[in-house]
Amino acid sequence: MTWKIDSAHGWGRVLASEGRFARPERASHLKSLMAEAPCPAVGGLRSYGDAALNSGGDAIRMERMNRLASFDAETGVLEAEAGITISELLKVFAPRGWMPAVVPGTGFATLGGCIANDVHGKNHHEAGSFGQHVLSLRLIGPDGTARTISPKKSARLFAATIGGLGQTGIIESAKIQMLPCPALSMDVRERRMDSLAEFLAAFEASTADFSVGWVDATALGTDLGRGVLEEAAFTERASPFYKQAKSKRIPMDAPGFALSGPVVKLFNAGYFRRVPEAGRTRTRPLHDFFFPLDRLHDWNRLYGKRGFHQFQCVLPEAGAAMALERMLKEIATSGLASPLVVLKKMGPGRAGPLSFPMEGYTLAVDFPNRPRVPALLNRLEEQTVAAGGRIYFAKDSLMRAEHVAQMYPELDAWCEAVAKADPEGAFETDLVRRLKLRGQS
Amino acid sequence: MSDTWVILGATSAMARAFAQALAAEGAALVLTGRDTADMQATAADCEIRGADGVKVMRFDARAPETFAPILSDYEGRTGSLNVAVFVGSMPQQSQIDEDPGLLDGVIQDSFTGPARFLQTIAPMMEARGEGAIVGVGSVAGDRGRIGNYVYGSAKAGFHTYLSGLRNRMGRTGIHVMTVKPGFVDTAMTWGIEGMFLVASPQDVARDILKGLKKQRNVLYTPWFWIIIMTIIRTIPERIFKKLSV
Repeated sequence: MTWKIDSAHGWGRVLASEGRFARPERASHLKSLMAEAPCPAVGGLRSYGDAALNSGGDAIRMERMNRLASFDAETGVLEAEAGITISELLKVFAPRGWMPAVVPGTGFATLGGCIANDVHGKNHHEAGSFGQHVLSLRLIGPDGTARTISPKKSARLFAATIGGLGQTGIIESAKIQMLPCPALSMDVRERRMDSLAEFLAAFEASTADFSVGWVDATALGTDLGRGVLEEAAFTERASPFYKQAKSKRIPMDAPGFALSGPVVKLFNAGYFRRVPEAGRTRTRPLHDFFFPLDRLHDWNRLYGKRGFHQFQCVLPEAGAAMALERMLKEIATSGLASPLVVLKKMGPGRAGPLSFPMEGYTLAVDFPNRPRVPALLNRLEEQTVAAGGRIYFAKDSLMRAEHVAQMYPELDAWCEAVAKADPEGAFETDLVRRLKLRGQS
Repeated sequence: MSDTWVILGATSAMARAFAQALAAEGAALVLTGRDTADMQATAADCEIRGADGVKVMRFDARAPETFAPILSDYEGRTGSLNVAVFVGSMPQQSQIDEDPGLLDGVIQDSFTGPARFLQTIAPMMEARGEGAIVGVGSVAGDRGRIGNYVYGSAKAGFHTYLSGLRNRMGRTGIHVMTVKPGFVDTAMTWGIEGMFLVASPQDVARDILKGLKKQRNVLYTPWFWIIIMTIIRTIPERIFKKLSV
């Protein structure tokens, strides 16, 4: 059968939708679906809110459109269908000395999804965003015809597609420039950071290719902003052989108290002290370093059946320290945060008008879905706007439409390109409607 | 010299996963089926994954004239030569009930077409005295049920054929393995209600490769289907005829 009536939910499991899903396995099938009744494409369903939801409508699941099309072992240029996962690309190409230039925090994200959200990775300050490494892509428009676009050919449409949340059409395949991958393991250096000031200073001083910070968002007072800084580089030692651990499944939804304030506080204190005071360096396989959470296959169930929200903002460098301090104070005082909190320095790299990154600091915090959370996230959103920052669409489920234009000053240019590419609004999703991204219609 | 695998019905999700797994092991592949454009895409993928050459050829279970070019390509190759059959078609039983004319096509796609191909290639394999045959059947062939007995009977015929072929080919050192998948998450089963314990095509491909290494004769995949089907087979007919399992 072509269509399956099913439900889908964002990774946070707070927002869900019902509708019809098709899952083509061949290009000809995908094209005929699009010619009949165009609808948005979805990838690995790893965006947290409603970016991949289309309530009451149709959607095309791209996961079976996942073949490699061409690869140049000299230059590292790869072309592949959009449904292939990042983890698969890493698995196939790392042993041959190449890897995607940007690797997001989950390997289940698809090539198409990484482009549509212009994702970033632990090397953003060096390598920029995913979209900056896309050389060209095949885009199927609402009339079912596919065309190749690139920064040279249909440049505006191309830019609007990168980070464009699927609104310009379905990305059928893409050609990307990969980066050399000199080893199959990383030397990961972990250091305790006793305060926010120390953390930011360490980020500023860091010369590592890959860096990411974990923050204890329950700590207050002099401990505010404490955490662990991870800096990594490809190992120069002979790579040991790793048998990839089989990912474990979470058999059921965790009970609500699992992530209550006192439990998180205790866990965080232990997690902080796990790293010796003098720091440590460990050699980790690439997969474990890039996708630490993927080993627990459906870790989102740990938040219980009510699900969770993620707040991720980026703040411009000037004033970031003050804004971060204020946010962390607000979060720690609320006692609502989960242990999953990430702080990272970002470079300026971004590829589309709706791309998230900006030079400065990005903070991501997961909150179990509790009654007081939306109000807290609203306050954090206000603070983000006041600091000149922005919120990441791929993570959001609560943001308000009135702030979008301020956060994304190139919104009008994007809207124009999208209106041209998809005048009927065939590719609209729940996120686009909630935030009125395509205008006030 | 690497192994060569001729894959019949290479556009199916299971065949694609099987081809990709073989490619990673460095096998040479001949992909055959009806949708040439789709097979070209799989061929490119397999080449990148490490296949030692991939050729795409047309195969139509209902058109025996498409067999000859594949057979002559086969004759020209050296090294260990193997065949895997993934062809089959499963219109809904209700459609066949409405239009009995559909029955012949199901039998041809799932049984007589591939059987005729294997019947022709068998002496060539016997002459070489090495290689393996994988025939993908279905648990639906283990007992006729109201839900899909035409497809089931075609697969049952194919199972019986494979068992005879195994009996014959074993004498010259050629292994014939019958694969009986349970519910697999493919385009054929997308949107069908009442599916449970669904396996991915990659799981099935992995099981087939493992089964080959262990020289299994009949392989249920995933393994627990042998238990389910043993139970289903032992239900007395006078009770079974009233059930709709």
